[in-house]
Amino acid sequence: MLQVRSVSRSFGELRAVDDVSFDVAPGRMTGFVGANGSGKTTTMRIILGVLAADSGTVLWENREVTQTVRQRFGYMPEERGLYPKMKAAEQVAYLGRLHGMERAAAERNAAALLEQLGLAERADDPVEQLSLGNQQRVQIAAALVHDPGLLILDEPFSGLDPLAIEIVLSVLRDRASRGVPVLFSSHQLDVVERLCDDLVIIAAGAVAASGSRDELRRQFGPSRFQLVVDDDAGWVRDVPGVRLVELDGPRAVFDLDEESPPGDAYGAAPAGGAGDRDQAVLQAALQRGPVRSYGPVVPSLSEIFKEVV
Amino acid sequence: MATDTTQRTAAEPVGTSFWSATRLVAEREITAHTRTKGFWLNFGLFVVGIFAAAILPNIFGGGTPTVAAVGPQSEQLLATTDFEVRPADDADAAEELVRTGEVDAAVVPDTTGQSPVGVRVIGHEESPDDVVSALSVSPPVDLLEPSEVDAGVRFFSAFAFAMVFFMFSVGFGMAIAQSVVTEKQTRIVEILVATVPVRALLAGKIIGYSLLVFAQVAVLALLTPIALRAGDQDAVLSWLADALGWFVPFFILGFVLLASMWAVAGALVSRQEDLGSSTALVMTLVMIPYFGVIMFNDNELVMTILSYVPFSAPVAMPVRTFGGEAQAWEPFLALTILLVTLFASVAMATRLYSGSLLQTGSRVRLSRAWSHVE
Repeated sequence: MLQVRSVSRSFGELRAVDDVSFDVAPGRMTGFVGANGSGKTTTMRIILGVLAADSGTVLWENREVTQTVRQRFGYMPEERGLYPKMKAAEQVAYLGRLHGMERAAAERNAAALLEQLGLAERADDPVEQLSLGNQQRVQIAAALVHDPGLLILDEPFSGLDPLAIEIVLSVLRDRASRGVPVLFSSHQLDVVERLCDDLVIIAAGAVAASGSRDELRRQFGPSRFQLVVDDDAGWVRDVPGVRLVELDGPRAVFDLDEESPPGDAYGAAPAGGAGDRDQAVLQAALQRGPVRSYGPVVPSLSEIFKEVV
Repeated sequence: MATDTTQRTAAEPVGTSFWSATRLVAEREITAHTRTKGFWLNFGLFVVGIFAAAILPNIFGGGTPTVAAVGPQSEQLLATTDFEVRPADDADAAEELVRTGEVDAAVVPDTTGQSPVGVRVIGHEESPDDVVSALSVSPPVDLLEPSEVDAGVRFFSAFAFAMVFFMFSVGFGMAIAQSVVTEKQTRIVEILVATVPVRALLAGKIIGYSLLVFAQVAVLALLTPIALRAGDQDAVLSWLADALGWFVPFFILGFVLLASMWAVAGALVSRQEDLGSSTALVMTLVMIPYFGVIMFNDNELVMTILSYVPFSAPVAMPVRTFGGEAQAWEPFLALTILLVTLFASVAMATRLYSGSLLQTGSRVRLSRAWSHVE
């Protein structure tokens, strides 16, 4: 378990990271989402010790992270970097050895990873002769070669074609399923949405929201429902506490007023069942005739993102 | 994944120590550099250069002169020299041999009665001084403080040492700076810094390139006697052996001193194109021994000063020792000064390197690099 605790860092006047705390749990893929310049990369660099924090600590297994501990981390920086003239396999093996591996083990892992990433045939080509997408795969191999105990990946999917994204996804999932905590940032919210178990949303250097993806959806998504009946559903707009969003004959999409009692601080909580306004609407509908479909509309990550940022 | 090492967790205290990281970095630099064609081309040129310098003087104009002799008196006089003598029928035939270049000079009987030794010497374009002096009678000379080596040999040694130091310092210094910039420019430096201590990166580069240079100098030092034997220059060989004794330790320390500075020069910029501006100062420090020693090699005061300045000491002190001008303790003092400067320089370089390595953009100012330590 990686714990980031109250980490702050300024560059001159700019407070790039402000009192940031979050966890990356074993076996969980944690998405790190935020606008450009919101502090994602700075936070990751602090975890990796590339930058020093002005205050706050980073703990790994409840102990402060040291250089020795950090060598077991795998890192893929946002600004990719490899030796252009070095052969792909040789380069990955070299980085494995820098992480403390024996030569033979490093070479074995490098070959296996390049194979897994579909680069076996290019293993002996200098990196500069590979396409950008293939260089990206080598970069991922470089982060994984030493079988890291923690993975920190800054924008691992940018520059990859859809096929490569699937390959990389499966490699990362494989690591996570073996109990490795994975923290990855991305601006491709749809990818994060599919991939992550947990989510940390950062805005202007501070954590705007964090928690499991489903929890966040419940917490931050507007309490939106869709109702399909046989006749015109226009009557819904007259139910107290309902704001009609879309009406299309028998289909109505509406939000439930958050301030209306009863319910918790976030209004009606569909999955939690705390609020019963949604039930009131359903009963009203059933009194008028058959209900063909009724349920919460799950907000997408980008909607949550807009909500909290 | 075929490996089964994944069960290890990051909390285990595995990992590379400072020295094993340094060794890995040094190893990579050496492998990467020896794979370039430029390295072998450069080294090949050095080898060719040494053999050329040893052998060519014999082929062009050097060697034993051939002299045409006319008459028994001339032949008798020439018999005491080691010149190659070719008898000629008369003065005209001898003149013709000189004109065609078949002989370097001719010795003919003097018919005017002006010559005290009874013969005249015929040359082509210039006076054949070696023939003239061989036939002359010189008074004996007593030197009060005989110089151990003559001026020509002294200049040649100064020039050769300065040349070797200059070529290797610039060539491989620049390679160090480029290697640092490449890591910054490609941003692989971020992975490296996250993995091993910055000091190990710096130490690995300096050690890697130093070993590469020392190995080359060692090979050249072994080839030099062979080249000199091939060129029949045994005399040069004997004094070179003496001179090399001090040149080696000075060269090693001097190179490492400059290497630490080249590394910093590389770390200050983010692109190969900007290297020129940041390496200018180091370049000047390399130029000092080169031009200083060549220009002032007969000026005792300047040479004494140069032999203590850490940047010129690697060339100036061995030349002074070789010329017999330095007291026995002097090279030790100069070596100590060099060593102290070296430690200070490496300590400063470590801080500047750490402070500038992760800064991108335009050239990092030294003051900023100094105060910026992560």
